Amino acid sequence: MNAIMSDPAINPPDSNSQGAVAPSAASIALEHVTKRFRTPKGQMYTALRDLTLSVAPGEFCAVVGPTGCGKSTTLGLISGLERPNAGEVYVMGAPVTGIDPRIGYVFQTDAVFPWKNVLKNVAAGPLFRGASRAEAYERARDWIARVGLAGFEDRYPHQLSGGMRKRVALAQTLINEPQILLMDEPFSALDVQTRNLMGDELLQLWSASGASVVFVTHDLEEAIALADKVCVITAGPGTVKGIYPVDLPRPRNAAEIRFDPRFITLYQTIWEDLRSEVIISYERAKQR
Amino acid sequence: MNVLSNANRGLTPINASDEVDAEIKSHNSKVLRRRLIVNALRLLLLVVIIGGWELGARLYVATNEAFGIDPFFWGQPSGVWAQLVTWVRDGTSQGPLWEQIAVTLEEAVIGFAIGVVLGVVFGVVLGRNQFLADVLGPYIKAANSIPRVMLAPLFLIGFGLGMQSKVALAVVLVFFIVFFNAFQGVREVDRNLLANARILGASNRQLSMHVIIPSALSWILASLHVSFAFALVGAVVGEFIGGIQGVGLMVQVAGANFNANGVFGAIVILAVVALVAETSVTWLENRLVRWRPNQAAEATL
Repeated sequence: MNAIMSDPAINPPDSNSQGAVAPSAASIALEHVTKRFRTPKGQMYTALRDLTLSVAPGEFCAVVGPTGCGKSTTLGLISGLERPNAGEVYVMGAPVTGIDPRIGYVFQTDAVFPWKNVLKNVAAGPLFRGASRAEAYERARDWIARVGLAGFEDRYPHQLSGGMRKRVALAQTLINEPQILLMDEPFSALDVQTRNLMGDELLQLWSASGASVVFVTHDLEEAIALADKVCVITAGPGTVKGIYPVDLPRPRNAAEIRFDPRFITLYQTIWEDLRSEVIISYERAKQR
Repeated sequence: MNVLSNANRGLTPINASDEVDAEIKSHNSKVLRRRLIVNALRLLLLVVIIGGWELGARLYVATNEAFGIDPFFWGQPSGVWAQLVTWVRDGTSQGPLWEQIAVTLEEAVIGFAIGVVLGVVFGVVLGRNQFLADVLGPYIKAANSIPRVMLAPLFLIGFGLGMQSKVALAVVLVFFIVFFNAFQGVREVDRNLLANARILGASNRQLSMHVIIPSALSWILASLHVSFAFALVGAVVGEFIGGIQGVGLMVQVAGANFNANGVFGAIVILAVVALVAETSVTWLENRLVRWRPNQAAEATL
């Protein structure tokens, strides 16, 4: 694993090449990946079919698609929590065989530990990884301050608002300094204003970290506002329908970039592609 | 809680603070009045039941056994009280009253502790290991379907008339309750929390200590309320069937001597012991799950 970390084959990618980075240079590469699940009735359900996608080092990739198209499954495969039935997943050039310590994962639902206060929640990662208590707490305090929760160290999650709990989750993940950050609709449970605010804060934290991000969302606006490229996934079984580079300047203000004419053009283009998939997914849900 | 009161304050125009004060005052007095009524009714209910019983017993004697409750068979409150006073002052036929209570309590507490530890350990191990759970499942279900009080004679033969047989019975009674709760608690752990902990770098042992056991703790603690009562049942039934000391033996002796007041007296003593134990379990629960929204306090009767 150490040999991979020092892999010199990391070149700045051409952002116009539609994400077709060679697997060895990409920090994440999914190649012809198929994932099936067994349903409770004993049948097989194909969540992903022949999906190929790569993310360059330091790139922010948003994945959009209709409900149930296997967006979250993609993250499960990259993280090593799930194994593909066919195809191969590479992280930093090496096939994924288990949970990689260089990966951070922010979940859709609240995954902070309700029985730990904010400080202990954020310090959990370093403690699990063998840091001393003093060091873990010191780093945790620093991260708590960075996500704007200084003074809330002693609170338990149920005493915090949804947005604050998300900040705890962010600090909890970022304290491990992941080179790859996976985010599964992290802000979907928040109200629109808080969501925009959190998006902006995420951009700031991300630009300081240099991590590659895969950000799954069903919100196209959010995807364009945050990402370097947007990947549209078809209605299940999911596969890549199109990849759109987002050439909006950085640093961006995630809340205000929406008024940019270029943003609106991008939105229209991608929505053309996404709409038919959303309709398919909707029709299926009605039949069920 | 703070957030709520702050929000309320934010909505209130400053010049309306007198109005708000008045509202708070009227609300407080409403709460106070309700509590008063509840307590008064509780007391009334007690007086009606105890008084009715006492009256019925006296009526029976006064009407020459034509009417009322026969105190020979059903006892009477004043008789129960007299019995308790006698026990406290002169001791029981097996020795001082405190000794009897201490013996029963000791059996119950030791049985409870062993049963809880075994139940939690087995519950967590089987909850985490699907294979073991599949292999042992039918046997555990079969063992659970046996009325476990029936094991009392067996323990008496095996462990003798002393404390051990009662402890064993209490252990068996407590074990299954705690085991099933711990097992279920482990099974119900949020998959997201497990995935999150694994991604953050938790080893299997850390997963148990930081996620699975804290998560199952609410289930386990809920079972402790019931299981201490069962530990007492185990101790008392054990003494009842064959013992040389304890509150269970007091009940047995009183019953054998047609002393209805003695049976009720022992029941009162046991009830007090159980209530004290229940209070300490609740205290323990509130200490251990401080992270939880304060639902335990709201659910308490």
